[in-house]
Amino acid sequence: MSDKDPKQPSRRDFIFLATGAFAAVGAASIAWPIVDQMNPDATALALSKIEVDISQLERGQAITVKWRGKPVFIRRRTEEEIQMASRVDIDSLPDNNARNYNLSPDSAASDENRSLDENGEWLVMVGVCTHLGCVPKGQSLGDSKGDFGGWYCPCHGSHYDTAGRIRKGPAAKNLDIPAAEFINQNVIRIG
Amino acid sequence: MSKESTYIPKSGFSKWFDQRLPLPRMLHDNINAFPTPRNLNYWYTFGGILTFCLVTQIVTGIVLAMHYTADAGLAFASVEHIMRNVNYGWLIRYIHAVGASMFFLAVYVHIFRGLYYGSYKAPREILWILGVVIYLLMVITAFMGYVLPWGQMSFWGATVITNLFSVIPVVGTTITEWLWGGFAVDNATLKRFFSLHYLMPFMIFGVVILHIWSLHVTGNNNPVGVSVKEKQDTVPFAPYYTVKDAFSLVCFLILFAWFIFFNPNILGHTDNYIMADPLVTPAHIVPEWYLLPFYAILRAIPSKLGGVLVMGAAIAILFILPWLDTSKVRSATFRPLYKQFYWIFVVNCIALGYLGSQNPEGLFLVASRICTAYYFIHFLLVLPILGLVEKPKPIPESITKAVLEKMEIRNMKEKSAEA
Repeated sequence: MSDKDPKQPSRRDFIFLATGAFAAVGAASIAWPIVDQMNPDATALALSKIEVDISQLERGQAITVKWRGKPVFIRRRTEEEIQMASRVDIDSLPDNNARNYNLSPDSAASDENRSLDENGEWLVMVGVCTHLGCVPKGQSLGDSKGDFGGWYCPCHGSHYDTAGRIRKGPAAKNLDIPAAEFINQNVIRIG
Repeated sequence: MSKESTYIPKSGFSKWFDQRLPLPRMLHDNINAFPTPRNLNYWYTFGGILTFCLVTQIVTGIVLAMHYTADAGLAFASVEHIMRNVNYGWLIRYIHAVGASMFFLAVYVHIFRGLYYGSYKAPREILWILGVVIYLLMVITAFMGYVLPWGQMSFWGATVITNLFSVIPVVGTTITEWLWGGFAVDNATLKRFFSLHYLMPFMIFGVVILHIWSLHVTGNNNPVGVSVKEKQDTVPFAPYYTVKDAFSLVCFLILFAWFIFFNPNILGHTDNYIMADPLVTPAHIVPEWYLLPFYAILRAIPSKLGGVLVMGAAIAILFILPWLDTSKVRSATFRPLYKQFYWIFVVNCIALGYLGSQNPEGLFLVASRICTAYYFIHFLLVLPILGLVEKPKPIPESITKAVLEKMEIRNMKEKSAEA
């Protein structure tokens, strides 16, 4: 390596590159902690499982519980609501994925794949509109339930059916179904 | 304008200082002696008003931060504490809250003045783009500030807006949870918004300095849109425009004071006096009035990703406005067709604002879609085509000529009235 030949990389070029690379790696290694401190912290991650007593729920009633800072809808559906949801042609749905964490990611959005038990009585969903995160109306008796008898999001007008599937409005996905299971016949564990 | 300095140090000390730091020289050349077109009307006083608004928000904000607590459990109560216990806390908070609205009122007048007189055209493209950057920073700052009282509208407004990021393919959820610092808007979100809400006004201040610097390189546009050609086209900024700006500011402050003292809550939403509840969405979520047009655009599009993209495009299109308008004539005064389309555009923006406050169903939804479409048609079709087909009126040779002609016409009218 000769310092005199202008076409050959000189020692100075090497020092420039080495210094620049060292500074870049150093800046990146200090930037990452500053970026990552904004991610969910240990206390947020710790609140990941809850158990809910559902023994008091009659058919046609619903409760809302809080899980990971979000509302979770638990609804014990009537026969009529199950019928309404089962009759729908899956291919005609805006989103024909079940969005059920308990099933494989490509499961179809049939009513059986949306409900928690074999009879299809229990529906457990994250009560957060998949459009922009409002809580849809439809849990209380006086609420507007939208055009399909399920839930209606007042923020931007998304309508969900009695299986929590998007039917009309700007939302693109069905309401999410979280990891959930019956521990015994009175208690559901979410998370 | 970049020309010879006219600063003459008066004392031995100022001469000594000038040789070491020519700050008084810079201020003198850029404020006192700055040559300004002689025909600026009152629409041109809003730059000064906006500077006043920014300083007001920073001063009242620093004071409020001395009493406010950024914690999900305490924030709501600390705002009530400011209102009830802190000496003059009610006044300072109302100035800050009303001040945000007044800031946006002034910035909208300022932007629409620029649109009318073609202030975005060459050589002022960078000046205009910096203005759009300032507006964008204002929107983000105002949004974060509205979250801090931790009322129902604060919480759900934050939820809706942060969820806009979840439409980004693949990494959307990761980014949204990173913004939240959790799985929903919560304490961590409030704290970071407070930190950033305090930071951003100083970023705005920095861009304002660049904005004014750029203005002082190109010089002011003016109502006839003809460039300054000779010395008699201009007057020194002081005292001519310091007085005009001051008078305009006083009139603006009368309106400001009326809101603060007689109707401080009319521009806000009553639901924000209910503490944030993550399990109950208010029946009707609306942003503050100054963001309603964009909210209408967001909801007009029947797809989530589409709505977010189109809303973003509504602001982004302002960046390329200087190249969309093909007309070389700046002022709408000499553009008979553009003048009409300008007012249609103004009405369309106000209509979008109204539609943003209504439920997105039935006729309101149809109207939002038409107005959204027209918003983009104005920029993408009307402006490029008008420049090619419109026949402008004769343009005055110089600013001075235009001013003198106007005076002559006025004199003649007075004479004929006397006769």
